[in-house]
Amino acid sequence: MTKSDRVRTPWAEFARKFKKQHLAMIAAAFVVFLIGCAVFAPWLVPFDAEDYFDYDALNAPPSLTHLFGVDALGRDIFSRVLMGARISLAAGLLSVAIGAVIGTFMGLMAGYYQGWWDRVTMRISDVLLAFPGMLLAIGVVAILGSSMVNVIVAVAVFSVPAFARLVRGNTLSLKQMTYVEAVKSLGAPDSTVIFRHILPGTISSIVVYGTMRIGTSIITAASLSFLGMGARPPTPEWGAMLNEARSDMVVAPHVAIFPALAIFLTVLAFNLLGDGLRDALDPKIDRK
Amino acid sequence: MVSYLVRRLLGMIPTLLIVVVIVFLFVHMLPGDPARLVAGQDADQQTINLIRKDLGLDLPLYKQFLRYCTDLVQGDLGKSLRTKRPVTLEIAERFNPTLWLTISSMLWSVVIGMGIGVCSAVWRNKWPDRLGMTLAVSGISFPAFALGMMLMQIFSVKLGWLPTVGADSWKHFILPSITLGAAVAAVMARFTRASFVEVIQEDFVRTARAKGLSESIVIAKHTLRNALIPVVTMMGLQFGFLLGGSIVVETVFNWPGLGRLLVDAVNQRDYPVIQGLVLLFSFEFILINLLVDVLYGAINPSIRYK
Repeated sequence: MTKSDRVRTPWAEFARKFKKQHLAMIAAAFVVFLIGCAVFAPWLVPFDAEDYFDYDALNAPPSLTHLFGVDALGRDIFSRVLMGARISLAAGLLSVAIGAVIGTFMGLMAGYYQGWWDRVTMRISDVLLAFPGMLLAIGVVAILGSSMVNVIVAVAVFSVPAFARLVRGNTLSLKQMTYVEAVKSLGAPDSTVIFRHILPGTISSIVVYGTMRIGTSIITAASLSFLGMGARPPTPEWGAMLNEARSDMVVAPHVAIFPALAIFLTVLAFNLLGDGLRDALDPKIDRK
Repeated sequence: MVSYLVRRLLGMIPTLLIVVVIVFLFVHMLPGDPARLVAGQDADQQTINLIRKDLGLDLPLYKQFLRYCTDLVQGDLGKSLRTKRPVTLEIAERFNPTLWLTISSMLWSVVIGMGIGVCSAVWRNKWPDRLGMTLAVSGISFPAFALGMMLMQIFSVKLGWLPTVGADSWKHFILPSITLGAAVAAVMARFTRASFVEVIQEDFVRTARAKGLSESIVIAKHTLRNALIPVVTMMGLQFGFLLGGSIVVETVFNWPGLGRLLVDAVNQRDYPVIQGLVLLFSFEFILINLLVDVLYGAINPSIRYK
C-alpha cells in the first residue's frame, strides 16, 4: 500500500497540521514538562518548600545552591516555584474541564432547541454571569473560607455559562447552514445533527476559548492568592509568593520575578498550545 | 426590535430577583452567627440577643427577606460593620474612581485590541500579524498584579515619571488603566483576528472582491460587520473580567475604588458591604449583557429573535 492510499482520518489530519506548527509543538512539550514537574515535584526539590529556612542567606540572589535565590524568610525559591506548579496546574485544568463539558452541552441544547429550554438555560447563565468570575470566587471564599479547592469550584462554576453562551451563539448560526438542513432532511435524529454536525463546527471556538480559560483560570487562582483569599502562606502558591514579595520589591526583586515568570510561562504555554490546536482543528483554516 | 428590548427588560426581573435572593442568603451561608459577627468577639450573650432583634435576625426567613427587599427598594443597604456608616454612602464615595478606571481601560483596550486584530488578519502571516499576536499572547499570559507591580517598579520607582498610588490626577490613571486593560486588549486582538480570518475566507467576500470593490471597502463593509458578531459577545464577557480585574488592580495601586472596598470588606468580614457590592456589580453586569444582546441583533439581522 502506498502512502497516498492511506485513509486520512480526522485525527491523522489533525496530527499532520499540528506538527507543522513549531511554536505550538514547543508549547506542548513545555506543558508536558510542566506536568512532569508538578507530578514529580516532591522528589525533585532540593529543599523543603515550606519548612526549610536558611537564615544566613535572607533575600540572597540566585546562586548554585539556590538556583532562584532565597526569599525574605530564608526559603529556597526554586523549591517553592516547583511545588507551586502542582497547585496552579490543578486549578487551571480542573476548573476549565468541568466548565467546558457542562457549558458546551447546555449551549448546544439551548441553541438547537431554543424555546423554553433555551430561556431557562440562558436565565441560569445570566444569573451566573451576573457575578463576574473574581467576584463569585471572592463570594465563595468569603463564605467557605480561603482554600484552593473552593477557588477551583468557583472558577469552574463561572466557566459554565461563558461556554454555554459561546456555544449557543455558534449553534444558532450553524443551525441555519445548508449542510445542517440537508442532514435533517435525510431524517437524521437530533442527537446526530447536534453531536456529529453542529458540535464539530463549534469545536474550534470551544478550544480557543477553553485554552484562554485555562490561562485566565490559572491567573484568577493566582490573583485570589495574591489578595490573600486563595492559598494561604506558607503554601508555595505563585500568587501568594508574589504578594509576600511585594514588601521587598526594591531590595530583592528576584523574589517576585521567579514566581511571576512561572505564571507567565505556564499561561503562555497553554495559550500557544491552544492556538496551535485551533489552527489544526479548524477545517476552514488551511495554512499553505 | 423594540418589542424584543421590552421583553428582555422584563426578562431581567426574574434574574435580578434570583440575584437578590442569593445575596440575601449570603449572610445565612456565612459560617457562624451573623449577630455575633456584628457584635464582635468580646460581646456577651445579652448584647448579641439585642443585636439579633435589632437586625431582625430572630424573624422567620421569609419575613427577613421581605424586610430586606423593602429596605432595598428604599435604597437602604444596611450599615457597614466597620465604619457604622450606611453602605450606600460607602459605595457612593468609591463609585466614581472605579467607573472611570473601568471606562478608560475598556476604551483603549477595545480600540487598540480590535485595531491589532484587524491588522493581523489583513496582513495574515506577515510581520504585522507576528508582532501583533506576540504582543497579544504575552498580554493575556501576564497576570495583572505582576504587570502592575512591574510597571510601578519601572515608571514610578525607578524613572519617577508617574505617581505610584492614589487617584488624584489624570497621571494617576495611566498605570492602573494600562494594567487593567492589557489583558482585555490582548483578548480582543486575538478574538477579532480569529473571527476576521474566518469571515475573510467566506464566499461573499470573494464575490465582493470579484466584482471589483477596493480592498478597503471589502474589509470595512463586508468583512468587519460579519466578523464583529462573536467579537461583541466577547466584549460583553470581557466587561465582567474588567470588573473582577479592577479588584486586583485597585489593590496593587491602592486605588480608592469599589474593588479595594470589597477586598477590605472580605478581609474584615464586613458582610453588609460585601452584599451591597455584589448586588451592585451584578446589576451593572446584567445591564451590560442586555446591551450586548441588543447590539448582537443590530449587527446581524439574520439572527431572528422569535
